[in-house]
Amino acid sequence: MNVNRLTAIDDSAGRSRGRTFRRALAACGGLLAAGSAGAGSWTTINMPRGVTALSRDIYALHMEVLWICVAIAVAVFGTMIVAMIRFRHSRGAVPDTTMLHSTKAEIIWTIIPVVILVVMAVPATKSLLKIEDTRGSGLTIRVTGYQWKWQYQYQGDAAGIGFFSTLSASSNFARQLHSGIDPKTVPNYLLSVDHPLVIPSGVKVRLLLTSADVIHAWWVPDFGMKRSAIPGFINEMWIKVLPGKEGVYRGQCAALCGRDHGFMPIVVDVKTQADFKEWVAQQKAALKQASVGRAGGALTAQALN
Amino acid sequence: MAHAIDTAHDAHDAQPAAGIKRWLFATNHKDIGTMYLVFSLIMFFVGGSMAMVIRAELFEPGLQFVDPGFFNEMTTMHALVMIFGAVMPAFVGLANWMIPLQVGAPDMALPRMNNFSFWLLPFAFTLLLSTLFVPGGAPAGGWTMYPPLVLQFGDSFPMLIFAVHLMGVSSIMGAINVIVTILNMRAPGMTLLKMPLFVWTWLITAYLLIAVMPVLAGAVTMLLTDHFFHTSFFNAAGGGDPLMFEHIFWFFGHPEVYIMILPAFGIISEIIPTFSRKPLFGATSMIYATASIAFLSFIVWGHHMFVDGMPLSAEMFFMLSTMLIAVPTGVKVFNWTATMWRGSLSFEPPMLFALGFLFMFTIGGFSGVMLAMVPADFQYNQTYFVVAHFHYVLVPGAVFAIMGAVYYWIPKWTGHMYNMTLAKTHFWLSTIFVNVLFFPQHFLGLAGMPRRIPDYAVQFTDWNMVSSIGGFGFGLSQILFAIAIIQCVRGGRKASAMVWNDAAPTGLEWTIPSPAPYHSFTTAPEVH
Repeated sequence: MNVNRLTAIDDSAGRSRGRTFRRALAACGGLLAAGSAGAGSWTTINMPRGVTALSRDIYALHMEVLWICVAIAVAVFGTMIVAMIRFRHSRGAVPDTTMLHSTKAEIIWTIIPVVILVVMAVPATKSLLKIEDTRGSGLTIRVTGYQWKWQYQYQGDAAGIGFFSTLSASSNFARQLHSGIDPKTVPNYLLSVDHPLVIPSGVKVRLLLTSADVIHAWWVPDFGMKRSAIPGFINEMWIKVLPGKEGVYRGQCAALCGRDHGFMPIVVDVKTQADFKEWVAQQKAALKQASVGRAGGALTAQALN
Repeated sequence: MAHAIDTAHDAHDAQPAAGIKRWLFATNHKDIGTMYLVFSLIMFFVGGSMAMVIRAELFEPGLQFVDPGFFNEMTTMHALVMIFGAVMPAFVGLANWMIPLQVGAPDMALPRMNNFSFWLLPFAFTLLLSTLFVPGGAPAGGWTMYPPLVLQFGDSFPMLIFAVHLMGVSSIMGAINVIVTILNMRAPGMTLLKMPLFVWTWLITAYLLIAVMPVLAGAVTMLLTDHFFHTSFFNAAGGGDPLMFEHIFWFFGHPEVYIMILPAFGIISEIIPTFSRKPLFGATSMIYATASIAFLSFIVWGHHMFVDGMPLSAEMFFMLSTMLIAVPTGVKVFNWTATMWRGSLSFEPPMLFALGFLFMFTIGGFSGVMLAMVPADFQYNQTYFVVAHFHYVLVPGAVFAIMGAVYYWIPKWTGHMYNMTLAKTHFWLSTIFVNVLFFPQHFLGLAGMPRRIPDYAVQFTDWNMVSSIGGFGFGLSQILFAIAIIQCVRGGRKASAMVWNDAAPTGLEWTIPSPAPYHSFTTAPEVH
């Protein structure tokens, strides 16, 4: 049986090598012809629009700044290229050595960038003011980073619910050095956990972030935000998933936190408010049952003594 | 600016000591400059081979070659070796060779200190690299050395701190030497505003070094006492503040970024006018722009820490101050472009590298402006977008400028021309591969791939493969650089005093013969 298993692993490794080569070729092709499937698709080259009002603000800001940069690049690189073509020594260009400086030109190309920067700073400031306003939240969850897992503790109405969230067993098995398992066969490789965080949509969920050891950072790209979890500090951020965007969203620890930094993902299951209430009730019932079970166990132990 | 001077006496002066003594006891700025440059080239390949390990592991998802812990050692050591071992010593080497030649001084002002500041480096890096072989491995907490993570590393930790101290001492001494040389040893008639831009940018860089290297030394010393003497500077459990380290570190770290780019600006400001056959456009405003960038570099450090949690007012301040840097940097790019305009351009290898710098450094500048937007930074920070950004400014930025400088001045150093075809091939391969290497990393970061991870979710596979192919190509292309240098040292067509006769470069360094005699400007030249 062992022999069979080893053979199976070798086979899959062999297949994986073949695939790797084809994939590398495909990737090179993709570079030449962005737009083809895989490498060229929009979601693999750009920021997600996300599922919160903030993430969409951030996306809009990102695209605005990106297009401004592209426009400036076309103008500046265009001028350089024209200079490189028109004023070639090999074509007999004669240098104009009297062109030493021009106060007018220099003032113009100081002021124009200032104006462009102000244009960029206005929307940035507006969304920043919204991001940093953590008032009026409907649910607070305490998030604690550990090497290398996350702990979630619900506060308020859902108080008492709390759990650790670690990399799922299938990913953990496949990510070992020389595991021989093709990551492509593992569902949501490195982005799946045993217990996802559950939050309702349409509610301002405030996260209080801290750490029990080193600095971590909590990040789900679809929510637009990232914040560090620092020992001795409590950082705040908030998420309000747009109603109708319920689903599972995935992210990763974003601050180097030691050996397994790459292996402490974040999975958030966004439910409708009704479904979330039901989930809270279920969790509380389970908690109650567990505490009864524990108390019973203690009694038995006492009786035995 | 420069005029004919009598160099006949120089040739009869004292010749270098024989054998190893020439190098161990070197006080000649040219010998020390050569040692710095050779050291830097070696470190470039050492750090580069670490990058190859990183790109090999990231070629496809899953762990194929290295343990995650070793991967972190590679990213940490790659950064330390490249920053402190390759880029900074290369600029100091160029300063040693060129500043005395450009200001008409016989040598650096403090030659024995010069010897000491070089010879600290091989020891510092032997110490640093030997951590790869100590129990627990090399430092693996990132070159930023954030506590509490950095305090978790074993025997390598004190070695890292001591190595950083040695590098800092070396840099400070180098900077003092540059400042004293420039301020005291200029040839008669060379007023400050007549100094070449390379000298100017180095003068400003040297002040930055003196201002911030002690800050780094202080930060790492506090780490040391936290680890061994139970102080609590950065230990929250003892009432300390882990964020304070980040503030202190980046107060050093951001000027450090400009320490690695301002001398590059100087080099580009030398090469572009020469091969445009036209003086630098707006030379004085270039100097003011450099000084403004240096000043601003002290008040932008918070932009490295936006996701760490900061008061709104601090976020606003650091966002706006960071955006301001785009203005003087823009002035520089526009002035270089204006220098080429109505010029007469030829495309020798130094000019190719300078133009590569101009395009690709500007791309890094654009992503820098994007990163300054705090809300967008909440997405970009800690991802491959940041990796792409700083590699664009450091590799086709600083490193291309260094290569351009070597191709520009090496005939002056060796007396030989190098193989132009080889150098041009080196340029084109480097340029193609550096973009294949780093451009897709923008996509990876935007799509959600964090930096400093050894393994990734499968949707990031394609662009990682492209990036790795670019990485291997770029790494291999650098062998051509080494070959071109070695050939040029060994022989080749004789270089004239002016080297680039056709372009008639200006500057005192072109008034002495090639190779530059062992002792130059023993009689100060007159500058009119």
